[in-house]
Amino acid sequence: MSERAVLTVSELSAQLRAVLEDRFPAVWVEGEISNFKVYTSGHAYFTLKDETAQLRCVLFRNRTRRIRFEPADGLHVLAFGSVEVYAQRGEYQLVVELLEPRGLGALQLAFEQLKERLQREGLFEAGRKRPLPRFPKKIGIVTSPSGAALRDILRVIGRRFGEIHIVIAPAKVQGEGAAQEVAQAVRELNGLGGVDVIIVGRGGGSLEDLWAFNDEMLARTIAASKIPVISAVGHEVDFTIADFVADLRAPTPSAAAELVVREKQAVADSVSDLGRRLAAAMERRLSRERERLEAVRRRRVLTDARRPLRDLERRVDDATARLRRAIATAVRQAAHRVELAARSLRAQSPVARTLADRRRLTELSSRLDRGLVRDLDRARHRLGGAAARLDSLSPLAVLARGYSLTRLPSGEIVRSARQVAVGDDVSVLLSEGSLGCRVTATKEHDERPQV
Amino acid sequence: MSDLKFEDCLARLEQIVGALEAGNLPLEDSLKVFEEGVALARQCSRYLDDAERRIEILAKDETGATTTRPFAWQGQGEDEP
Repeated sequence: MSERAVLTVSELSAQLRAVLEDRFPAVWVEGEISNFKVYTSGHAYFTLKDETAQLRCVLFRNRTRRIRFEPADGLHVLAFGSVEVYAQRGEYQLVVELLEPRGLGALQLAFEQLKERLQREGLFEAGRKRPLPRFPKKIGIVTSPSGAALRDILRVIGRRFGEIHIVIAPAKVQGEGAAQEVAQAVRELNGLGGVDVIIVGRGGGSLEDLWAFNDEMLARTIAASKIPVISAVGHEVDFTIADFVADLRAPTPSAAAELVVREKQAVADSVSDLGRRLAAAMERRLSRERERLEAVRRRRVLTDARRPLRDLERRVDDATARLRRAIATAVRQAAHRVELAARSLRAQSPVARTLADRRRLTELSSRLDRGLVRDLDRARHRLGGAAARLDSLSPLAVLARGYSLTRLPSGEIVRSARQVAVGDDVSVLLSEGSLGCRVTATKEHDERPQV
Repeated sequence: MSDLKFEDCLARLEQIVGALEAGNLPLEDSLKVFEEGVALARQCSRYLDDAERRIEILAKDETGATTTRPFAWQGQGEDEP
């Protein structure tokens, strides 16, 4: 009978360990996490399983730091590590070096996990969010002093509202230690005093670049800030944990700056608008009162009632004097319009018509005068002609040619010798002067040739 | 003046303007609230402007305490790449 080779448990365990650990020093295993538990030592224990088998796993504390997401039951993962035999318990297990989620990327998964957890805690609740101060005087900005985000914020605030006090809390916004620096900056601004609102921001980037803003510790610092925090990380589409936990999320640093000063600008505008409306309403009121007062003054029956009105009159007078300058221009313009109106009115008045008629009359009469003169001249001319002809017919002209006129003492012109007898007196009219003659002889016929 | 008091001032100013615009106050009261309104408008403007433009950056002094020092910023400068 051959000697049976008997191994002690320890010996077998030692051999198994040698074989397993030699054969599987580094393997990738895929499975679903279950029974995940972190012990007070910081080491985590869990089981990887699939439909038909299970594998015990251990994740030592010094390895957990390298894992970006939170391992949890039900997660489908890839585990990398070495197989070890745990002789005391007669078990083998996978000592995990790396753990990666299947499907989602590790960062994405970690983001979702943290988001879900903080949400459950109520850190994102609308009720927690503090209103922004309407008129911030001192604004804290947590960002990189050399980044585009700071430049954008300062430009917008400077453009919209110059009179504001800004405190920059410099912080690294990506890479190792960025989350800690940002959180520290938020705490420092809280400790500074007098800061009304904090903008925490950086420009857009990859998920890796923005990772600091998905840090749980930073999220809790923002939630604990006594000063309202506006997150301004990335551009439009990138949401971070900081965005969810902040009191207000701005899509970009510029937008954050606008949110901060928008209200103040709006209120400043409404104050000056109210001032204008105030003055306008008072002007309207005073001119109305003045009209009323004038109406009262005109009503003589109210003489007795005028006494209590006196003070009122003075107030209105004073106030009106203040307004007078303002309406001086309007009055000048009105006066101009009145002048124009008066001119056109005058043109249509009866006086104007009379004047026109008179002018027309004058014109007519002058035309008439001119006509008369012309007629007169013409008459004079005709008269001249007539007179000349008359002159040529005049007996005086005949006399001037040497003829003479013999008349009886009765004035009768002697045309025949038979009209006189010898001894009669006749007068002879010459061209110049006349003769008194006595007839000495008469002859009925003379030797003149008969015409 | 506090924000709260400012809000009160603004609300009162709005109320006064509304009343004057409605125009049913006696003249005496109109003049009184008008003068109050002018004072309020002036006060509100002063409150809004009551901040000086200052840009500072946090820094540590020799003892490690946080202090502020002026931050130079070329607002009109061109962007760096």
